[in-house]
Amino acid sequence: MTYTTAIFYFFAAILVFAGLRVITARNPVHAALFLVLAFFTAAGLWVLLEAEFLAITLVLVYVGAVMVLFLFVVMMLDINLDKLREGFWDYLPLAGFVSVLLVIEMALILGGRHFGLDVMATPAPHAADYSNTKELGRLLYTDYVYAFELAAVILLVAIVAAITLTLRRRKDSKYIDPAEQVKVRRNDRLRIVKMQSEKGPGVRGQDSKGEGA
Amino acid sequence: MDWAAIQTVVWTLIKIMVLVVPLMLGVAYLTYAERKIIGWMQVRIGPNRVGFQGLLQPIADAVKLLMKEIIIPSGANKGLFILGPILAIAPALAAWAVIPFTDTLVLADINAGLLYVMAITSMGVYGVIIAGWASNSKYAFLGAMRSAAQIVSYEIAMGFALVGVLMASQSLNLTAIVQGQAGGLHQWYIWPLFPLFIVYLIAGVAETNRAPFDVAEGESEIVAGFHVEYSGMAFAVFFLAEYANMILVAALCTLMFLGGWLSPVTFLPDGIVWWLAKTAFVLFLFLWFRATFPRYRYDQIMRLGWKVFIPITIVWIVVVGGMMQTPYGYLFH
Repeated sequence: MTYTTAIFYFFAAILVFAGLRVITARNPVHAALFLVLAFFTAAGLWVLLEAEFLAITLVLVYVGAVMVLFLFVVMMLDINLDKLREGFWDYLPLAGFVSVLLVIEMALILGGRHFGLDVMATPAPHAADYSNTKELGRLLYTDYVYAFELAAVILLVAIVAAITLTLRRRKDSKYIDPAEQVKVRRNDRLRIVKMQSEKGPGVRGQDSKGEGA
Repeated sequence: MDWAAIQTVVWTLIKIMVLVVPLMLGVAYLTYAERKIIGWMQVRIGPNRVGFQGLLQPIADAVKLLMKEIIIPSGANKGLFILGPILAIAPALAAWAVIPFTDTLVLADINAGLLYVMAITSMGVYGVIIAGWASNSKYAFLGAMRSAAQIVSYEIAMGFALVGVLMASQSLNLTAIVQGQAGGLHQWYIWPLFPLFIVYLIAGVAETNRAPFDVAEGESEIVAGFHVEYSGMAFAVFFLAEYANMILVAALCTLMFLGGWLSPVTFLPDGIVWWLAKTAFVLFLFLWFRATFPRYRYDQIMRLGWKVFIPITIVWIVVVGGMMQTPYGYLFH
């Protein structure tokens, strides 16, 4: 067993354990944190595959942003576990069927060589100065540029849709427009009144004549 | 395992120690500098009792915190309560692995250095969230929620600012980014990327939860925010992480916009001295901000991040892309 194989099994063991804990942990916050661990370990495995750009992006996007928001929501929900588990036995046959299907699919792919299919040869490892990031960028912006742009447009539509779905104008909100705040001048709000000083009790001063300044 | 491999591991561990020990000393004396400088700005003296001019004050503080008991609230989630500070400090230290100090003085000179730093620093928020949730206290939880939203928001602006840098330098390697700025003061990326520099600096202050963006702590509203339940060394670890992150942001500013270890004039030699001086200057700006500005209101923070910084960075990325096609493209390499 070489050093990289040892690392692979180490990471794989953590990944499987974390994945199992995601669905078995009783506390939803713990489950979300185990999902974070699973993502992080998967990123480690991707580094072993010389896909450092994807690995770092996985950490950056999923661990650094998506899971933070996920945790944010999970922490604020008051989840009643007993209620969630109520329909467990009703759903079990369906879930069992889906999982058997998944296992068969995995077996077909992973065990391809036992069914007489040729397995792709392991790609040759690259030199240390090989930049996965540059290579990926070149491919995305040349050969696959239309597919890439299409994906970007779909994501943009999704963003706009998500915003319109959650946007609601509340009449009672004390919304502040910063532009208006900045535009305010002294004369809009302040009136300087010139008047003579009052002359003892009982004597009313003159009405304000000189307004503004 | 042969001897060569073991030797490499031991040698790397030694190098990590050589990096972390000065960093921790830097953190200790940054707290001293902060108290002194803000003291002077507010016409006070600052710490001056322990040692000459108060120079031993950070040591005394550290010893005091070490001696204190770490109290774990009875309602807290014990495992996560202890994990919180660890997750705060680990990314703050791990990011230093790729920071170059000179051409050759770097722990790990990796291709995607900039991406690595972004990925690792984006994990720092977990320390805050977990600490806030595990404390089982409403103030801590409010602080954690504020911090999570704030850090995720400013990370986008920060990431876009870094996109500008990598467009200019055409590399993700931090050493190559600094080398792209060789040739004197006028070649530094701060000039062509000035708006991005400002955005990065301010987003850096927000990312590290420093004043005027320190609503995660906001002592006037939510006591001490996410670390209100922490005491002793567990609290000190949050403190260390915050200051290590400050130094990291200052160092990244130096590397990406201020020419790193390069001398501003060509007749003086380059060296780590310049790196230290520039980083110290950016850190001084952090302290200056804290002494000058009142705390932002929370909706203003969100507005600044989403409606001001992100549009600025997107526009400037387009401008940089356009400029690279013109004869002025020479500014970028």
